[in-house]
Amino acid sequence: MNEILEITLRSLLVSGSATLLAALFGLPLGIWLGARARPQRLAASLLYAGMGLPPVVVGLLFYFLLSRSGPLGSLGLLYSIPGMVLAESVLAFPLIAGFAMAGVAAKAEPVRRLVKSLGGSELQVHLTLLAESRRVVVAALAAGFGAVISEVGAVTIVGGDIRHATRVLTTAVVIETRKGELERAAALGVVLLGVTLLVTAILVVFGDREAP
Amino acid sequence: MRRGFAALFLGLSLALAASPLRLATTTSVHDSGLLDAILPGFTAETGIPVEVIAVGTGQALAIAGRGDADAVLVHAPALEAQFLKEKKGVLHTCIAKNRFLIVGPPQDPAGVRWETNVLNALRKIYLKGALFVSRGDNSGTHKKELELWQAAGLDPRGQPWYLESGSGMGATLVLASEKGAYTLTDLGTFLFMREKVRLEALFDRDDPRMINQYSYMAVNPERFPWVRFEAAKKLRDYLLRPEVQETIANYLKERFGQSLFEPLHGRCLIPVP
Repeated sequence: MNEILEITLRSLLVSGSATLLAALFGLPLGIWLGARARPQRLAASLLYAGMGLPPVVVGLLFYFLLSRSGPLGSLGLLYSIPGMVLAESVLAFPLIAGFAMAGVAAKAEPVRRLVKSLGGSELQVHLTLLAESRRVVVAALAAGFGAVISEVGAVTIVGGDIRHATRVLTTAVVIETRKGELERAAALGVVLLGVTLLVTAILVVFGDREAP
Repeated sequence: MRRGFAALFLGLSLALAASPLRLATTTSVHDSGLLDAILPGFTAETGIPVEVIAVGTGQALAIAGRGDADAVLVHAPALEAQFLKEKKGVLHTCIAKNRFLIVGPPQDPAGVRWETNVLNALRKIYLKGALFVSRGDNSGTHKKELELWQAAGLDPRGQPWYLESGSGMGATLVLASEKGAYTLTDLGTFLFMREKVRLEALFDRDDPRMINQYSYMAVNPERFPWVRFEAAKKLRDYLLRPEVQETIANYLKERFGQSLFEPLHGRCLIPVP
């Protein structure tokens, strides 16, 4: 298989899985926090600060956790794709939860007033918000995916940039630059930009579709 | 969709079954493509895939020193001796060598090209205050550079003309070229980058201080019981085979008109106790 294609598919696999894993926990948390009647200042501060988590620090943390000499060493996840997915999902989580919370909170008041005026319960307020938040979810997923697919610090430390095993687009750009193969590095960079744009566009189109 | 996941899962479990040998090594042997020229033969013969993690020598030994790699191929005899003394590595074997050079701008402001002694060359750079780029990353080349300054009785750290790049050899050569600075480089990386940088080999002589010796070590299975020691031993034997040593000697010899690496057949030029 063409190596650039192989690397691109691996990037999509790692970033896609990490985004989904982070969304599994981040979306419910974000929507729940955003829908609450009182503003959640502590949670908001933590999540917004988490958006600035330095990838190299997260990578180093996972290196120590997953290292054979570390607490989770017996799983053998260092320098593997599942290990990379775990580290990347930690980076995506605050973005997904934070975006979901902010987006839902902006709509929470009018929706609550409307549902309550129609005699609905608090549970129905949450369900209505969820149904109304398709675009918010898309923005949250796009932010999470964009952050992890473009990230190089954590995947280098946790993945090791092993050819045919853990090399992804960003680490491939680094190594081609290091080798002085600047044209090849630039080509990979263009692929990275294209893939990010394509996935985001698909998400946006999906988010704009009329609910059935 | 479900079938896709099943295939993915199957792929993952297969990948885990043929568990590869993990080799932590330096950027110079990896980026030159040497490993791509010799490792496929090993895999074809033994069925053992080799995963290469290419970092600086300091980081390679740190990774192996936690049991996260099965073997190392590195070039810093003092660090290797330390690694062996800490009982982290076994089966130390000298594989190949080339040499370090001092490269710099063609104008050569410090007059390095007339020096026959590398320590005097460094003294000239120091006295002139000419720009010098250090790797600053604990790599084998960085270690060698620090050794040379020390042997010359000089400490350049903190001098305004002494720049630490913190990056690989290729990037450091580009930086030195852009700044018109001197730097210490291994022969292989310089030959690869020569066309792309405005730097000349200014000190390139047979000097015992400038020997760049690459050694292989297996990670000690008594200390890290999970490592693939048998596979690491097989790779050592493979690297020492006459025909593989011959491949190393001839690697890209035609393209560059000289050997990138000279085989050592297990005989160390710089003793590593």
